[in-house]
Amino acid sequence: MAYSKKVVDKFENTINEPAKYNVGRFDPKELNIGTGMVGAPACGDVMKLQIKCERQGNTHVIKDVKFKTYGCGSAIASSSELVEMLLGKTLEEAKEIKNIDIVEALELPPIKIHCSVLAEDSIKQAIEDYEQKQ
Amino acid sequence: MSTSINLPIYLDYASTTPVDPRVAQKICDHLTLDGNFGNPASRSHKFGWKAEEAVEEARSHVANLVGCDPREIVWTSGATEANNLAIKGIANFYQSKGKHIITSKIEHKAVLDACRQLEREGFEVTYLEPSEGGVITIESIKAAIREDTVLISFMHINNELGTINDLKSIGELARAQGIFFHVDAAQSTGKIEINLADLPVDLMSFSAHKTYGPKGIGALYVSRKPRVRIEAQMHGGGHERGMRSGTLPTHQIVGMGEAFRIAKEEMVQDTKRIQALHDRFYESVSEIEEIYVNGDLSKKVGNILNISFAYVEGESLIMALKDIAVSSGSACTSASLEPSYVLRALGRKDELASSSIRFSFGRFTTEEDVDYTLTLINHAVERLRELSPLWEMYLDGIDLDTVDWQTH
Repeated sequence: MAYSKKVVDKFENTINEPAKYNVGRFDPKELNIGTGMVGAPACGDVMKLQIKCERQGNTHVIKDVKFKTYGCGSAIASSSELVEMLLGKTLEEAKEIKNIDIVEALELPPIKIHCSVLAEDSIKQAIEDYEQKQ
Repeated sequence: MSTSINLPIYLDYASTTPVDPRVAQKICDHLTLDGNFGNPASRSHKFGWKAEEAVEEARSHVANLVGCDPREIVWTSGATEANNLAIKGIANFYQSKGKHIITSKIEHKAVLDACRQLEREGFEVTYLEPSEGGVITIESIKAAIREDTVLISFMHINNELGTINDLKSIGELARAQGIFFHVDAAQSTGKIEINLADLPVDLMSFSAHKTYGPKGIGALYVSRKPRVRIEAQMHGGGHERGMRSGTLPTHQIVGMGEAFRIAKEEMVQDTKRIQALHDRFYESVSEIEEIYVNGDLSKKVGNILNISFAYVEGESLIMALKDIAVSSGSACTSASLEPSYVLRALGRKDELASSSIRFSFGRFTTEEDVDYTLTLINHAVERLRELSPLWEMYLDGIDLDTVDWQTH
């Protein structure tokens, strides 16, 4: 599997400096936290994404993100890339993020597109969880 | 960390081995005008005679390593061809005797796909489940034997697990029933003693490149006593007593011969040294929490060790271990996008199959290689588990089997 340099760098940076790359967890019970977990161990990848939001006027802004991913190198790179895209965005803006944005940012090979789909699903689910709590 | 170490470290000897420098020299001596380049089939001049002599000497080296008569060795292009020739050759020649074949689910693709082809031609094949430890039990074979069973084919050493099948008992069972017994021994030569004079085996496949010889050459043992006949799969000039036509590649054959000669000479010390490396590696790696050895440790060779690192996906682990050359049972490293069929046949769950790494040690592996690898593994597993939501759930005491996963 020949990955782009972007995937390799993202993967290596994430595992070498997990704190800097937002690896971690929030308490899912907190009202300002939205959690999304997608995938299955048997399929080889599970992504858990958590957003910490703050109300600003009549919208909500993503102030912080934490994630954990079990999966191949590109699954880990995809979630890390997504996290970077999310920081500082309003929920409306975050909903606009599509898997293709991750594919392009990381130059994912066709066989790894599903990693980006999983990442898109994880943010959708996290936002849904957050909105239900409001 | 040591700086004198050569990176990346090669721990994939079960996939292929480097050619031993002594073998490479021998090969080079059989290529050019000033060397022994002739066609061994040329009967009319010295170039041919000399080449034939070299081929026959190599044949003796191969026969000597596995305890058979040189006349029982047929050169092939490798173990894949040897497996095809044995299985299809027996099936085609003896089909009036019966059209049922027994093999196992953890064979190499060369055996499985040859059997699939025979199924398309009207043969019936039983694919036995291995034990949880990765070996084929006599009981399962007994239960599968039918009146029309013509061939039993099992590997000696499993390439993913290193587990060893009991050839003597299987062979005795087959012989008592008048069934031919073929063994894929691609992983065995130089790792474990093979004495065909004493083994009830009718056909055995060998490969040069797993034993420090060149790629593209192998051999099939075809027993003379009792006499076993096979239908040729490659037709042409009638080389190899009609069993495998094609000009003999002298340089590759002498390479295999030299590699097997060295294997015979050095097997005892090689295996002892490699077993020590294996034990050193295993002792340390087994201190990592939640690791599982795939294949029965008490029934395997020391050069292969297959471990699942739970809650870490195999491909990501390989990426994190970029200075180590190993292979994985992860779906993400295979063309089929399926986790290892061998590990699944052992009853391993998909996620454990996907978390597996095969380490295989060899003649040129050093203690420093092993120690450096251990350092990297400890570091990588720790980092990837810190990143793993499954590891977090495990630490929280959540049983992953009870979680309602959103499969995609």
